[in-house]
Amino acid sequence: MSYLAKPKVHHPSLKPNALGLTRRDYEGALSTLCAGCGHDSITAAIIHAFWELDIEPYKVAKLSGIGCSSKTPAYFLREAHGFNSVHGRMPSIATGAGAANRELIMIGVSGDGDSLSIGLGQLCHAIRRNVNLLYILENNGVYGLTKGQFSASADFGSTSKKGEVNEMTPIDGVTLALNLGATFVARSFSGDKEQLIPILQAGLQHNGFAFVEVISPCVTFNDHEGSTKSYSYTREHMIEVVEADFVPIRSEITTQYEPGSVKRVQMHDGGMVNLRKVAEDYDPTDRDKAYAYIRNCQSEGEVATGLLYIDENGKDMVEQNDVVDAALTNLPYSDLCPGSEALAKLQLRFR
Amino acid sequence: MNDRTNEFAFKIATANGTGSASANGLIMQAIFRMGVPVTGKNLFPSNIQGLPTWYEIRVSGKGYKARTPVFDLMVALNSATYEKDIQEVRSGGWLMYDSTWPMDDKLIRDDVTYIGVPFAELCNKAFGGVRERILMKNIAYAGALAALLNIDRDVIAELTQEKFSKKPALLESNQKAINLGFEYVKANFDVPLPIHLQKMDETKDCILIGGNASAALGCLYAGATVGAWYPITPATSLMESFKGFCQRYRVDPETKKNRFAILQAEDELSAIGMVIGASWAGARAFTPTSGPGISLMSEFLGLAYYAEVPAVVFDVQRTGPSTGMPTRTQQCDILICAHASHGDTKHICLYPADPKEAFEMAVAAFDLAERYQTPVLVLSDLDIGMNDWMVPKLTWDDSYRPDRGKVLGAKELDNIKTYGRYLDPDGDGIPQRTLPGVHPKGAYFTRGSGHNKMGAYTEDADEYQEVVDRIARKVQGAKNAVPAPFIKRTKGATMGIVSIGGCHEACLEALDELKAEGLPFDYMRVRGFPFSDEVKEFLEEHEMNFVVEQNRDGQLRSLLALETEVPLTKLGSVRYYAGFPMSAHHVVSGIRPHIGVPA
Repeated sequence: MSYLAKPKVHHPSLKPNALGLTRRDYEGALSTLCAGCGHDSITAAIIHAFWELDIEPYKVAKLSGIGCSSKTPAYFLREAHGFNSVHGRMPSIATGAGAANRELIMIGVSGDGDSLSIGLGQLCHAIRRNVNLLYILENNGVYGLTKGQFSASADFGSTSKKGEVNEMTPIDGVTLALNLGATFVARSFSGDKEQLIPILQAGLQHNGFAFVEVISPCVTFNDHEGSTKSYSYTREHMIEVVEADFVPIRSEITTQYEPGSVKRVQMHDGGMVNLRKVAEDYDPTDRDKAYAYIRNCQSEGEVATGLLYIDENGKDMVEQNDVVDAALTNLPYSDLCPGSEALAKLQLRFR
Repeated sequence: MNDRTNEFAFKIATANGTGSASANGLIMQAIFRMGVPVTGKNLFPSNIQGLPTWYEIRVSGKGYKARTPVFDLMVALNSATYEKDIQEVRSGGWLMYDSTWPMDDKLIRDDVTYIGVPFAELCNKAFGGVRERILMKNIAYAGALAALLNIDRDVIAELTQEKFSKKPALLESNQKAINLGFEYVKANFDVPLPIHLQKMDETKDCILIGGNASAALGCLYAGATVGAWYPITPATSLMESFKGFCQRYRVDPETKKNRFAILQAEDELSAIGMVIGASWAGARAFTPTSGPGISLMSEFLGLAYYAEVPAVVFDVQRTGPSTGMPTRTQQCDILICAHASHGDTKHICLYPADPKEAFEMAVAAFDLAERYQTPVLVLSDLDIGMNDWMVPKLTWDDSYRPDRGKVLGAKELDNIKTYGRYLDPDGDGIPQRTLPGVHPKGAYFTRGSGHNKMGAYTEDADEYQEVVDRIARKVQGAKNAVPAPFIKRTKGATMGIVSIGGCHEACLEALDELKAEGLPFDYMRVRGFPFSDEVKEFLEEHEMNFVVEQNRDGQLRSLLALETEVPLTKLGSVRYYAGFPMSAHHVVSGIRPHIGVPA
């Protein structure tokens, strides 16, 4: 694999956003993933989401761990700083960066091996701290870079490409996040951009940890019969329980919904999410009911998708720690050093 | 042993969790306020309540601060350790014990004077409540010691007044207990003992402080804003102290919000990740830990080294390997810290010898980490970190400004054509860094995977090697920026003593002892890694060097040989690694056999 510079070509018909930037301006290097990889579709959705939200790319920090999914931050937002850290440890990098500079818009991309095996602890604790981060778990149920071992999200009884049967129960990111008190939990499918883009946009505007699992089939190692993370299996078994429509702050609400079927959630940064219940009895603001519903889907062999849970009233990490409104990185040194007189005075205590 | 005024040592044996720590602190502080140089070593168990604990106080008008293994007086208040404690008193010394219960005849030594004070009986009569009786018994021995050693009662009264000014009930009972002990001893024994105190004027420019507190002050003054940690003995009090100082000096006076963030991580892997994330974003960030934490942090330290992200780590060393003895001291992380992580790595290390240096080196660590864009590890130890040391007052130069290193801001990036993260624009191996969120032209991809000088992924042999070779040059260049070695020469010396960190006081005292025996030695204490040329020169100019350190395998000796290429035959080894602070005796008796003098 080599680094490929992607030609920056502007087509005159490409639509500019409020900053005058087109989607091309939100791209990165050329992907080196396999043709047809679900991750590339997610990258495209990420590009679209940022473009449509008129976010200046350089204000974003893109973080990842190790694995196929963790390579993808190189493929979007070339003008943003990226950090491809160590395996499973991206949440701690995000935690530190977010504490240092609360003004950074952070997106973390991880995979099922990175998040649910080697990095499970860090994921859990980042959720508990409510680090202000859009966390995307690109779930393909398999270790791709090492050629096809089961990951912790592989379903019980599913088979590997070589025909081995997985005898262990899976770790499900969505119910785990709900259990840990996550304030934003969603699941989508790399093949459903219509659903995914508004979820990503809402996640970016969420104040706190936005957990988004995206089922993202591995065309090389986990797209066979017997896999429960293949394109065909996912299409057949996913059921959308909530349809989210993200409305940016300046936009007019144009979509019409049946009265009573829509829940509106005001986002921290001013945008609005309209949540339309597709499944009856589903309430994306009731953690316990949402959990029960999703578990029930699971036992029926169905995969509940959509913006499954949202709570905009939680304190994020820097709020929990009463950190000043400005980025700590912007504080002048004079605000940080007490000076020689204070030191002399303090030392009276050490006598 | 004629005049032992202001030149003696005593040891207090109690059980932990019984309030003895406050009494011990009080005695030490009182001696300090009498102007007499004093050192205290707390030898405590990894336990909350009930196990044996000792506190050693050395009084030295001459100013010796190392631990001494010889005790003139033992305050034996823990019957579980009587047998061992009695053996530690020097011949002709004294032993004070609680005579509420009789002392077993088998434990009576003819060459030791026994001073029985019925502490329990006195306190049971004077106080009600089980807990109070136990606590006050431990304050009463402070009063008894005051009478035995001639500790100024006014100073003790002043200290108790300060300590309990906001708790009048406690003040009263503490004073009462002190008086009980004092009066009983005065009425029943010939006091003061020949070992006693006399006021001096040797401490007025000094403070009593532990190295964890002073290192925390260094972090505060250096402008650190993010601290991440996982609690571990003996490093915990570093972050606890930092928190205390921040609450005092770093709260915005108007909004009452914090100009700092302290993050208690789920483990050390996460703690160092947070530090690297925060440093990458442009904050000064640090983590305090001990050996087990360094093991866990190693992978991330390799990333920070290779991706060139600053990070400051304090390793308050304790005995290893594995869990080891968590409340005992050692210098056993010298090698792992120099090369933590897989792959070719080398880290800048600083080795403070006392709390004052811990303060100064904490500040230096942030400057070096940002200047060289690499992790800096500050290696103190349990003895330096947790014991109170008498050191000269800390001073601060208000003209100090943090050295943020080569960071390109928005203006510089505006004027730059193309930015390359890992170029070497100045020929010193140090590239230019940018921070996220500042400017579109500053963007680059930070990665621990193979990268070329532009920061792009590479598997190309030449591109890879160009970067790692530059990093090696960069880190080696820091040898002239780390603190220079401390060197003390003695006329006529042909041999040298070399030490590190907390061995310093023992070595200084040993130098005097050896000199008095007609054995002059030159002395060098290394203070930073990579070693400067001066270190190599010192080793080369002496026919023999004795490397004094506190670990089993002679880690400093190995590192010196590896780095300076001075042959191992020129490097003798003196090691003490039983877990207690080193004393001059260990140095002297370790060297003697090598030079044909009996140990």
